[in-house]
Amino acid sequence: MKEPEVTLELAKSLGLLEEEYERILNILKRKPTYTEIGIFSVMWSEHCSYKNSILEIKKLPRSGGRLLVSAGEENAGLVDIGDGLAVAFKIESHNHPSAVEPYQGAATGVGGILRDIFTMGARPVASLNSLRFGKISIDGFEETTSSEAEAERSKFLFKHVVKGIGDYGNCFGVPTISGEVYFEKCYQDNPLVNAMAVGIVKHNETATAKASGPGNPVFIVGSSTGKDGIHGATFASEEISEESESKRPNVQVGDPFTEKLLLEATLEVIKSGAVVGIQDMGAAGITCSTSEMSAKGNCGMEINLDKVPLRDKNMSAYEIMLSESQERMLVVIEKGKEKTAKDIFEKWDLNCAEIGKVISENKIKVYHKNKLAADIPANELVLGGGAPVYKREIKVPKYINSKRNFDYNNLKEPSDLNETLLKLLASPNIANKKWIYEQYDTQVRTNTVLLPGCDASVIRIKNTNKALSVKVDCNGRYVYLNPYKGGMIAVCESARNIVCTGAKPLAITNCLNFGNPYNPEVYYQFSESLRGIGEACKILETPVTGGNVSFYNQSKDYAVYPTPSIGMLGLLEDIDKMTTSYFKNKNDVILLIGNCRVNDKSELKDNFQICGSEYMNTIHNLVEGDAPDIDAVYEKKLHDFILELTGKSLLNSVHDVSDGGFAVAIAESCIMSPSSQLGCEINFNYRGRKDFCLFEEKQSLIIASADRSSINTIMRTAEIHKIECLEIGTVRGSRLKINFDIDLPLNALSGSYYNSINSIMEK
Amino acid sequence: MSKAKAGIVVFPGSNCDHDAYHVLKNVLSVDTKFLWHKESAVGDRNIIILPGGFSYGDYLRCGSIARFSPIMKDVIRFAGRGGIVIGICNGFQVLCETGLLPGALMRNENLKFICKTVTLKVENNKSIFTSKYMIKEEISLPVAHGEGNYFCSEEKLTALIGNNQILFTYKDNPNGSVSNIAGIQNEGRNVLGLMPHPERVSEKILGSDDGRRIFESVAESVI
Repeated sequence: MKEPEVTLELAKSLGLLEEEYERILNILKRKPTYTEIGIFSVMWSEHCSYKNSILEIKKLPRSGGRLLVSAGEENAGLVDIGDGLAVAFKIESHNHPSAVEPYQGAATGVGGILRDIFTMGARPVASLNSLRFGKISIDGFEETTSSEAEAERSKFLFKHVVKGIGDYGNCFGVPTISGEVYFEKCYQDNPLVNAMAVGIVKHNETATAKASGPGNPVFIVGSSTGKDGIHGATFASEEISEESESKRPNVQVGDPFTEKLLLEATLEVIKSGAVVGIQDMGAAGITCSTSEMSAKGNCGMEINLDKVPLRDKNMSAYEIMLSESQERMLVVIEKGKEKTAKDIFEKWDLNCAEIGKVISENKIKVYHKNKLAADIPANELVLGGGAPVYKREIKVPKYINSKRNFDYNNLKEPSDLNETLLKLLASPNIANKKWIYEQYDTQVRTNTVLLPGCDASVIRIKNTNKALSVKVDCNGRYVYLNPYKGGMIAVCESARNIVCTGAKPLAITNCLNFGNPYNPEVYYQFSESLRGIGEACKILETPVTGGNVSFYNQSKDYAVYPTPSIGMLGLLEDIDKMTTSYFKNKNDVILLIGNCRVNDKSELKDNFQICGSEYMNTIHNLVEGDAPDIDAVYEKKLHDFILELTGKSLLNSVHDVSDGGFAVAIAESCIMSPSSQLGCEINFNYRGRKDFCLFEEKQSLIIASADRSSINTIMRTAEIHKIECLEIGTVRGSRLKINFDIDLPLNALSGSYYNSINSIMEK
Repeated sequence: MSKAKAGIVVFPGSNCDHDAYHVLKNVLSVDTKFLWHKESAVGDRNIIILPGGFSYGDYLRCGSIARFSPIMKDVIRFAGRGGIVIGICNGFQVLCETGLLPGALMRNENLKFICKTVTLKVENNKSIFTSKYMIKEEISLPVAHGEGNYFCSEEKLTALIGNNQILFTYKDNPNGSVSNIAGIQNEGRNVLGLMPHPERVSEKILGSDDGRRIFESVAESVI
């Protein structure tokens, strides 16, 4: 097969800009070979190079606290949790592949992030995900045939993404314990599939992704290399269009069984002491792993592609270098320890082929059929080296001002608040997600002590008294209305969820899903939301350990809501202090804690946090106004207060107010218990319109319950912390009663909350 | 001190092997070790556990390759001598494939993987696996499987019932199993297969320890 001639046109067709092609000519001082232009095109794609995002990302707090490595240094972040243990965790997107092939796209997303974790020497202990789709039900606002077809399409994507995530994690043997999903029109053509993994490693058993020691042999281990996923990274760096359907062959195919073998073999070989450096092969396969490992180690590699185990003998150098076949690793072994490594991989029936060696010259030299197919300075390929870095133009989006002018006082007041509450509980954005998580193995490895369905999920760490609390969160609607506040809220809310389980927030990983960065309005959303995230992380002392950027979540004329998913890690030093979100005992006192304002009549009448709410979205079909206010300093004070109370076992339940507001949160506390549901009676004075008071989404607000005998201590502590804490009702009966306006039996609440998604999906 | 010596078979795709090991070794202090699938003998072990997971990937029928593994040849001999074997989830599937237990496990009726806690009824407490339960006792155990829909012929079902081989049934059938069967023993009463995971509920901290008595019953039966 004859290779195409390298020209500017070819470079452009591979996604490179003219200036980038010029730059390549300058670096090489000659015309690149076909293989070389392929290598540059994937390494300088947005997905691998972060060329349009890195300047903003660098503004985030990326070190300090309990971080053992700074963000970007290794395959995933590493956080110290004491007892000689560390947690590796990271979130990554697989949006584009999932848009065209939802099952494999989602499955390989999970596979990729798991490899990032066990490449560090950590055993994965939990998997999470953050998903976005178009609407799965027609909400009555736009009953056209096109919306029906759109809903069917979204259901198809949703169903297969969930199955892909489940099948991969279930077979691999990691519990999938937490997640979030929203259904909004803006995700119709661009679903978001973000997968997160968490692993645990002993400090002295971590591995590095750095190559070193000239002469050390380089191995490729795991699956054979095939023609699947070629140019996946490039595909991820462009907009979804009608042509995207033709990109289905760019989607990789997952094999969770091989991944499980690779996990065990990798951990074993790292423990054996034979490994110098190791990196998984995800985007851009051999290309990315060889160049990044070399660049990090300030050395180079000589690779002979004839030694790579192939699924198809007729692969060209270009194809082998760019294949994104899954379940592979690149390993640098200490010279003399080759046999140790080979024996381990043989035990697990995996390929382990020596394909080259580390060289001192900072170059990637690739040989194929006795010819030098590529010869590129490694450093020129990577982020922080020669990869281009662009400062993008920023412009305040036009919609922001017009949205801000919205006056919510003109909203029609619902006549029946009971009906409104039931409708909100049944909104797929709020309704219980068991249709999803019952397809995930949530308990394998017998560590899950708090199953999905509460504010966050908790896994114990065997042989210690500790537990990890994990959560992923982002309200894209808030970020859309106000990128700065929305970014801040995403961090604050995920931390609040962690705090609701009694755990202390430690650090975050983020997955930044945005539209086209060349659109200055999109870049405003990006830059501003990152500013919000950074500020919140500084105040909450939860540094960013790493993550992933996914641009080009855009099609035709609209982009997705800016959706920076925050994966939050928290630590419970004493597992006995874990709290859950549902009421436990009859006659317990119900408390409203934090940013209450419920009884505050002095509050300006028009200061309701109703815009951007699920109430406005579901009941009024509007996304208008500004995101809710957030004060991260107050948020931190609230967390410290709650953790002091849970640390003294003073609270019987803790739940945060979020989507659907106060009324939904109270209803959830009544019905979230897996065993016995409990009703309650709530009384407070409205400070304005009832619907606003019940459904506004005030931030930094917690609903808790406690023994009557603990109330004095709690109130005294609240005074010391200067946190508002109000007694608003009692746990009793089998109905939810709020003032004289909400009065519903628990089975009505449960019916809406638990059956909604199931009835849509199994129709 | 119990004379039980447990061996947990590790197929390459087993993923509940460490969970079973943890319960036996750390919770119940039973002498326990792993048995690699490439080994050819169960050695001095007197209880063999086939754990949950995806033995050899199970892209083909679950457990259909596992039955040919070197260790399984000796597990079959061991069971033939009256040795105690417990197959949990994937282990149950392997036992049916090897013929140590009758019947087969098909795709769940709803064609989905199901992970949730279900209520089981103890149908027979006169077995070495259930001696510590009460007859008709209701216990809560989690299931986590895509192929747990137990099926056998009319004839075999009559035999299972007649011989008191059905040990556990589902109160609310999650997967379509015939006669709500969740767990059975063989005619010789030394081999148990069950789809739910007792090892996942053997410590109070995990929400329940309803599953623990299966392991305790068995460990005590070894004298």
